[in-house]
Amino acid sequence: MHEIHYEAPTTLEQAVAILKQRGEQARPLSGGTDLIIQLRSGARRNPYLIDIKYIKELRTISFDPKDGLRLGAAVTCAEIDENPLMHRHYPGLTEAARLIGSVQIQNRASVGGNLCNGSPAADTTPALIALGARARIVGPGGEREVPAEKFAIAPGRTVLQPGELLVELLIAPPPPHSSDAYLRLIPRNEMDIAVVGAGVALTLDGDRIKAARIGLGAVGPTAILAETASQALVGKKLDDAAFDAAARLASEAASPIDDMRGTAEYRRHVAGVLARRAISIAAERARKN
Amino acid sequence: MAETAASGNFKVIGTRPVRPDGVDKVTGRAKFGADYSFPGMLHGKVLRSPHAHALIKLIKIDKALALPGVKAIVTSADLPEAENKSEQAGEMAVNPRHLSANILARGKVLYDGHAIAAVAATSPHIAEEALRLIEVDYEILPPVMTVDAAMAPGAPILIADLRNKEEGDKPTNVATHYQFKRGDVEAGFKSADFIVEREFNTAMVHQGYIEPHNAVGIYNADGNATIYCSTQGIFDVRLLSSQVLGVEVGKIRVVPAEIGGGFGGKTTVYLEPLSVLLSKKTGAPVKLTMSRAEVLRATGPTSGSKIKIKMGATRDGRLVAAQIWMAYEAGAYPGSPVGAGAMTIVAPYTVENFLIDGYDVVVNRPKTAAYRAPGATNAAFASETVIDELAEKCGIDPLDFRIKNGVQEGSPQVVGPPYKRIGYLQTVEAIKNSPHYKSKLTGANRGRGVASGFWFNAGMQSSAIVNIHPDGTASVVTGSPDIGGSRASMAMIAAEVLGIPMTDVRPVVADTDSIGHTDVTAGSRVTFATGMAVYEAARDAARQLVERAAKAWEKKPEEVELRDGMLHTKGNGVPPVSIKQLAPRFPRTGGPIVGRASLNARGVGPAFACACVDVEVDPETGKVQILRATVAQDAGKAIHPSYVEGQMQGGTAQGIGWALNEEYFYDAKGILRNTGLLDYRMPTCLDLPAIDAIIVEVPNPGHPLGVRGVGEVSIVPPPAAIANAIYRATGVRMTETPMSPPKLLKAILRHRSSAANAKAAG
Amino acid sequence: MSKKTLVEATINGEATEFLCEPRQSLLECLRDVLELTGSKEGCLTGDCGACTIIVDGRVVDSCLMLGVEANGKTISTIEGMAIAGQLHPLQRKFLEHAALQCGICTPGFLMSAKSLLDRNPNPSEADVRYALAGNLCRCTGYDKIVRAVLDAAAEMRGCGAGKAATR
Repeated sequence: MHEIHYEAPTTLEQAVAILKQRGEQARPLSGGTDLIIQLRSGARRNPYLIDIKYIKELRTISFDPKDGLRLGAAVTCAEIDENPLMHRHYPGLTEAARLIGSVQIQNRASVGGNLCNGSPAADTTPALIALGARARIVGPGGEREVPAEKFAIAPGRTVLQPGELLVELLIAPPPPHSSDAYLRLIPRNEMDIAVVGAGVALTLDGDRIKAARIGLGAVGPTAILAETASQALVGKKLDDAAFDAAARLASEAASPIDDMRGTAEYRRHVAGVLARRAISIAAERARKN
Repeated sequence: MAETAASGNFKVIGTRPVRPDGVDKVTGRAKFGADYSFPGMLHGKVLRSPHAHALIKLIKIDKALALPGVKAIVTSADLPEAENKSEQAGEMAVNPRHLSANILARGKVLYDGHAIAAVAATSPHIAEEALRLIEVDYEILPPVMTVDAAMAPGAPILIADLRNKEEGDKPTNVATHYQFKRGDVEAGFKSADFIVEREFNTAMVHQGYIEPHNAVGIYNADGNATIYCSTQGIFDVRLLSSQVLGVEVGKIRVVPAEIGGGFGGKTTVYLEPLSVLLSKKTGAPVKLTMSRAEVLRATGPTSGSKIKIKMGATRDGRLVAAQIWMAYEAGAYPGSPVGAGAMTIVAPYTVENFLIDGYDVVVNRPKTAAYRAPGATNAAFASETVIDELAEKCGIDPLDFRIKNGVQEGSPQVVGPPYKRIGYLQTVEAIKNSPHYKSKLTGANRGRGVASGFWFNAGMQSSAIVNIHPDGTASVVTGSPDIGGSRASMAMIAAEVLGIPMTDVRPVVADTDSIGHTDVTAGSRVTFATGMAVYEAARDAARQLVERAAKAWEKKPEEVELRDGMLHTKGNGVPPVSIKQLAPRFPRTGGPIVGRASLNARGVGPAFACACVDVEVDPETGKVQILRATVAQDAGKAIHPSYVEGQMQGGTAQGIGWALNEEYFYDAKGILRNTGLLDYRMPTCLDLPAIDAIIVEVPNPGHPLGVRGVGEVSIVPPPAAIANAIYRATGVRMTETPMSPPKLLKAILRHRSSAANAKAAG
Repeated sequence: MSKKTLVEATINGEATEFLCEPRQSLLECLRDVLELTGSKEGCLTGDCGACTIIVDGRVVDSCLMLGVEANGKTISTIEGMAIAGQLHPLQRKFLEHAALQCGICTPGFLMSAKSLLDRNPNPSEADVRYALAGNLCRCTGYDKIVRAVLDAAAEMRGCGAGKAATR
């Protein structure tokens, strides 16, 4: 690995100051489960690593029935999985976090890191998109919020400017009769990067869908909000026809590539399959809420 | 003792004691190659080609040499010219010139990852930085990545002086053409009622050992060198390193570190000669280890292959003809296992007429190395699925079909004399009678498949020493690195012969100076051949013990016997004496007792396995779950049943990985895209069910204890068994590996639409 | 060469100090600086688990942690699993069940299995396979490993689970 300098600030202000000072040379380090690999392979070159795990706001996870969820960027997937409120209110996002790698990876990796790595195949991004999550960013210019579906701008690149730091993810409290679900297709049963990921959040009104959001991962240069497919569900009854139609539109929303994990043709087909299945699961959960 | 062996009344053999080296392995104390450290040791790294096929115009190392901490850099200029000829090195044929060029490329690089230079520095990080400072000018040539591309007229030629017998002086990428014939294959097909003809393609796969390659080289000023490394063959490392370095074999001592998996991939050399070369240049010990990316890019995966196969059977289920054309990727230099593939493809069956053509083809991929029954798995994927189809056409249960055509004692082999006593039919019967096969498989999208496999196994040379200590315990010394628990079996065999507890026997794996020549831990030969040497060495020690006791009792040796660790006189009179009691008297009765044996083992018994697999297929995504797996294998005599089961389960798991998700992805430029274990997908714990291992024991008449080698054959059946199971689950016959979700889904959708069209048309 | 950092951590119950460059992984520090070579390098990408250790009670891949990140942490490695020469039940069961062949993956598996049983003394086979999914074994096909873990769990429950020695 190239030489690195390591710092571990304890406040947001300190972190932002160092990030501003070092610019492109610096990168925040949370779990390191993507970053350390990239530094070793030369895919990224950041001589200044800023360990953000000692900053309170980034390590806090709190839920309030009125304000919803504040998920610190450096909260680990394992901590999410161990949090009963996450399971109750955001089972899909929790599933997504739980799917990232092995137990060893889970104990280090974070949803914030997953998002900031900017991989189109990141497991949590479709789930965050489905939930309408907003990223709260702090930087030298102040604070801003960016919706999850706009956070990544290209494979490996996000909206974060030099000096900016993702502090937490904000998700509204789930309305009554809502739930979410996340599914992914991988060739093995664990350890793989998603070939396709589908996150769905639904709100029901009786036996009809009042609100729907479908997020898809690994089927485009960034994870996407499948707007047309989502809209197609609104106002519909919970039946096969509605689900099939939405699945078809989800397939069409996908613009995947061929790579060693799957062909474009395969991904497009599976996007529809997973969307349909995730819709079904989310609906089942929403009915119970 | 011979009587005991024949009757099978063993006291130790067949039990399941804890392995003697076990505590070190569960406490992290066991030293694997990368764990070695020496004072003043330097760290080495290798610069590798980023191109699949290119001429090397210039290598500039001055900037790298100037980096503080860098002590030496070597290229092929530092190695002597090697001869261009084929030599036998143990199991393998080796061409010293090709071997040397694979260690450090000479004038040309032939695959992405081909070694060009090696650096020794004070830290591995500095060595890595130095690699970035080495400048290489390449002239890029078009890559040739498949057997089709390599065999096409006008294909770019990889090795300018490569010729084969048939094409005379024409430059070619085909190194060898093997052919095996029996009878009249045309007539055979004419007499067939059912014929199945298919083309199969299998992707290149890697052995996937968890431990990357390593070597520590220590060159002494007197010209002698020592190599510590994780290897399957210390004598092979010695021989091959000496060839590459241009020194006499006796100048190199190889010390076996513990080895973290090999499966055939650690039977050659990559880093070992470099470690000595760098040590010579720097005067310090030099350690080299490979990263996972280097392991995948630049060691020896096994061949991808193309197999065109046509087989015919009569309606009563008799195989009458087989015609096979097979081309295997050799990688950058000749030496794929296509010959073995050709000899194993129909080995479990008596086929009246066959014509098998096999082609060894060079391509711009790493030079292939052995992988557990090399060549046989590719072949069985083709033949065992075609046989499944034929059985279906004949309306015969697939296991009964195999029994009907299966080989037994006296059946002809593809090459060589008829089979002696073998257990093929018994393995098929074992599956047939297994709880697995007898159970009903219910549920949608599920199917069950079976397949068989064959491997020759090897004999070759082994040596052993049995030392009796003053306290009556013993050590048994061999030269076979332990990759699967063989120390336990060696101790058990010696304990059985001497009649002492196994815990009183300490097995040692020694270096190349301390034990007689021993061929590689591969070819399923350690328990067979080294076991045979241990058996003979223990018997030699036993003979000496008998002679000592006879001398002490003033009797003739014929009047004394060793039984259960006690020396008795035949007849009565003298109270028996234990080895423990006799041992302190050795110095005064003639000196130390050391039993020894060295042999070139004959009497090899080939291995057969039969596997049964249940799968469930998700028809919308093409993903396959293995629900249940059972494997039956003839071990002849299982010395330590747990480790025999372990070989069977491990081989089955590798076969499952090969079948479902493992493959090398090269892009259009010939660059390997999946250089890590994220995208070279081996099965995890969560991908596999329990694997039931049924040990069949049909004793091998060629071995004193009845042993047949067990290490390899279990990898052979699973890909075909899985393909057959997928067929029953989905109606789709897969003809390529891996049967990964994208490929399987495509086949399912195509099958569904053609079925729909047929229905519409009908 | 950048300046080395002093790291203080508790390793296998002992207060330990070591010097390392920030670019050295925790795995490198354990193996090359502290000579604790029981944790192994298999892939350097967190895909094989051969480097698994326990940090503050959680299993991690030490190849993906920097040595400097270990400051102030409590670390357990394979070298600390047996106490005063007494093997942990998992170690004994691995031997009894022949749950290792070459043994390179064994330290990582033992760490993962220990962590599992520390948290869940009564895991199902599915629980065990999930917990061990981040540890690759190429020799055994996992069958005997899973049996050994389940057997160790049973034994530990029988003689007072939770009393198992922890560091």
